Amino acid sequence: MDPSRKRKIRLVVALAAAVVLASALVYTSFSASSEAKSPSQLVAGAQPGQSYELTGKVAHGSVRREGGALLFRVQDRADTTSVPVRYVGAVPDPFREGREVIVDVRKQGPMFVGEKDSLVTKCPSKFKAAHST
Amino acid sequence: MAILGRACLIIALGLAVYGAAASIYGARARKPAWVESGRRAVYAMSGVVTIAFAILIAAFIRSDFSFGVVVDHSSTTTPLFYRATAAWSSQEGSLLLWVFLLSAWSSLILFVLARKGKLREIAPYATAVLCGLGGFFLFCSIFLANPFTTLANPPLEGAGLNPLLRYPSMMIHPPALYSGYTLFTVPFAFAIGALITGRLDASWITSTRRFALAAWFFLGLGILLGARWSYSELGWGGYWAWDPVENASLMPWLVGTAFLHSAMIQEKRGMLKVWNVSLVLAAGVLAVLGTFLVRSGILDSIHAFGASTLGVPFILLIATMAAASIGLVIWRRPSLRSEHRLDSLFSRESIFLLNNLVLVGLCFVVFWGTFFPLISEAVTGDKASVGPPWFDRYTVPLALILVLLSGIGPVIAWRRATVSKLARYLAIPLAVGVAVPLVLLGLGVSYHLEALLMFGIGAFALTVVAQEFVRGAGARRAMTGDPPPAALLALVRRNRRRYGGYVVHAGMAVLFIGVAASSTFHHQRDVRLSPGQTTKVGGYDVRYQKATFNVADDHRNTGALISLGAVLDVSKGGKHVATLNPSRGYYPDLSQGPVSRFYQGESTSEVGLQAGLRRDLWTAVEPDTSRIDRLAAEADRKFPDASPRLSLFIAGTLAAGYARNPPPATFRVIDSPLVTWIWLGGLIVVAGALIALWPVGLRARRTAPVGYGARVARELGRA
Amino acid sequence: MDFLLVLVVLAVVAVVVAWPLYRVARPTPGAGERSEVEALEAARDAKLREIRDSELDYRTGKLSEEDWRTIDAQLRAEAADILRQLDRVKGPEE
Repeated sequence: MDPSRKRKIRLVVALAAAVVLASALVYTSFSASSEAKSPSQLVAGAQPGQSYELTGKVAHGSVRREGGALLFRVQDRADTTSVPVRYVGAVPDPFREGREVIVDVRKQGPMFVGEKDSLVTKCPSKFKAAHST
Repeated sequence: MAILGRACLIIALGLAVYGAAASIYGARARKPAWVESGRRAVYAMSGVVTIAFAILIAAFIRSDFSFGVVVDHSSTTTPLFYRATAAWSSQEGSLLLWVFLLSAWSSLILFVLARKGKLREIAPYATAVLCGLGGFFLFCSIFLANPFTTLANPPLEGAGLNPLLRYPSMMIHPPALYSGYTLFTVPFAFAIGALITGRLDASWITSTRRFALAAWFFLGLGILLGARWSYSELGWGGYWAWDPVENASLMPWLVGTAFLHSAMIQEKRGMLKVWNVSLVLAAGVLAVLGTFLVRSGILDSIHAFGASTLGVPFILLIATMAAASIGLVIWRRPSLRSEHRLDSLFSRESIFLLNNLVLVGLCFVVFWGTFFPLISEAVTGDKASVGPPWFDRYTVPLALILVLLSGIGPVIAWRRATVSKLARYLAIPLAVGVAVPLVLLGLGVSYHLEALLMFGIGAFALTVVAQEFVRGAGARRAMTGDPPPAALLALVRRNRRRYGGYVVHAGMAVLFIGVAASSTFHHQRDVRLSPGQTTKVGGYDVRYQKATFNVADDHRNTGALISLGAVLDVSKGGKHVATLNPSRGYYPDLSQGPVSRFYQGESTSEVGLQAGLRRDLWTAVEPDTSRIDRLAAEADRKFPDASPRLSLFIAGTLAAGYARNPPPATFRVIDSPLVTWIWLGGLIVVAGALIALWPVGLRARRTAPVGYGARVARELGRA
Repeated sequence: MDFLLVLVVLAVVAVVVAWPLYRVARPTPGAGERSEVEALEAARDAKLREIRDSELDYRTGKLSEEDWRTIDAQLRAEAADILRQLDRVKGPEE
């Protein structure tokens, strides 16, 4: 086999491998992902048993401990809709009322159960809104 | 002083514009004086930015609350070290840090190149690009996030530094990372210059490789420091979460690693010119993209710093950089043709090519997963995200292949390897690589395919490196008769790049073994314990002995006024193994009542850790403060006007009461093997990188008109 | 006080930046020819490194003697070629 044909074959093999990897990536990412939803979106239509990534603020006065679980409500950034969350797992240090959180939840009856260790609290931003100099 | 600071930024911006214009004019009109003037503008910019930076840091150290940033990020109670470094915990300060580092590195590199008279054609255009980037950040700093905004009525106290940042490595982490990011813009700038001038030759690739190695070193150091901080300071006990900001720093590092290898192919064979220049340009774009991800809040992440005023300008910059890169590469395609072709599949060149494919593949996986929320929003309208399991599924196999290649690469020769020799050379390492997992299985390690594969492949790679040193020293001894230590030293000194690289490979193998072991075989328990109760974690008995408290005794220099902790006694089979002291520090929230403020503010975990070569015992505690909160609220009602000393006294009494009669506390206990290997591996990588980076002494070269064969021989002797 | 400092900074900056424009120009070789020499010198250094690397590969047992001699001869020929080109570009100054 002359060298240029060998080279072409190598190129085709490499490209084919890349295409296969890319397709696998793309396909699994869409099926393995959890949709990000705000509380109002969850209230509007959450399927029981389906995993969602809930983002919002921890509602004031809603944090309670019950045995080994943490109960709180997540409030929408835009309005006052809030959903109850029951969470077992690591609680990040910055967690407190009024902070923005991200937690993976599944709907179980009226309650949303948080997946273990999925609670993320955003580092509190100490920046004020854009200054106009 | 703020006025001087602001003026310095504006002067710096003017210098950036002038520097770019003067350099380009000087290059096009062939007027070296203007080129030099442009270069001096970079030096001046660096000096002026340094003044501005010094003013900012001085303001923090002095707790000058007329500066808005100082009020928002520091306080008089913040310790000196953290006051000084709090400057870059803010958006404004970190932008200034970026410009400071960019102008400092640019000045240094341009100075060294000018003195050696290297890359004279390319340097002016590179200067212009660096000035452009510096100018962009200065523009953002002056008009969008000015660190020198002053308050008419300075408050008496500041908000204080976020307690999570009160950890030494957390203060070194941003400068290290930013050094990495800004250093990657240097080869980017020189690549643009090389494309514009058409000078993508041997001297360009040699210099670029050195810049890229320095950038790679700092970025890697920054990533490692961030992982270590996450492990030792945060209360979750992990070191990597595939968080968008972590990924943002990993991507340019991966591309940089690919380039460091494929650059060698271009140096030797003149191949892969398009590929190399694309890698360099991609690394630069990814570095700026990384900075953007941290600063813009566009992706949900623990690092979201809010304030997306910087979002649009950054996107414009990145788009411009990407478009210019692609356009220039296409324009210069004819002069980027390869000089040679791949000789044989059995050569180091083809292993390096595979290595590049794996690294770029890894980068693509990380990129896709990181930006998936935006991609899915564009495709389906919903923002969806993928978690660590998805990332692991692809990065683990790719990492396995990468370590395997790092063991084969050193052993195969350039151009064309002798297959029989190759087989003989690989015999021992392969045997070790196969034996290690089998032995581990025999010793009772449970079967986890990917971890065992990593142990085997890692052992294979380490054996190859050891073999290289042994054979290399032996070869040297055969030639010069040196004793073994001297032979080894001379070997490394005369072949820095090769043996430095081998040390880096060894470090990476150790690191990956540590990652595989700690993520696969760790035992973790989240449990509520009352004093006297015991729990079992991975073969260890952990007993909650007693609760502790500390008031105003800040021996760990964390700034917390009150801390509640626990003493845990760890034993195995009846024998005492360790005593762990996790605690939680509470920072006051001045907006609350006089007593409850001590418990209502931020709280951070102080991890109880016993690190060991074989395994780490890690624990964090979350005390139940509900009773304290109730009592504190009562105290607020009874003593609404309590003096600070009285409030602290009451709060302290509550803490003592907690320790005397503690309610059950929640503990997370982790027993994970070989975590220390990760940090050790990182240190070995650092050592290897330093060996490779160490400048070789200059040697005078003089030629005489003799036959070329003899000249080659003489040049070799001098090399 | 601040304004005075600003003026000082401006003055220093102006002097630093404008200095080369007013200095008597030193005759320097054009950037173009210098780049040729630089590229060839870098290529020469890389080639010499290759020759040494190849010998190290042989001595540590990765190449057979026969393979090494072939590659070594090839590399030395390429090195001599680069030196020839260097001579041509540098001219008969040396």
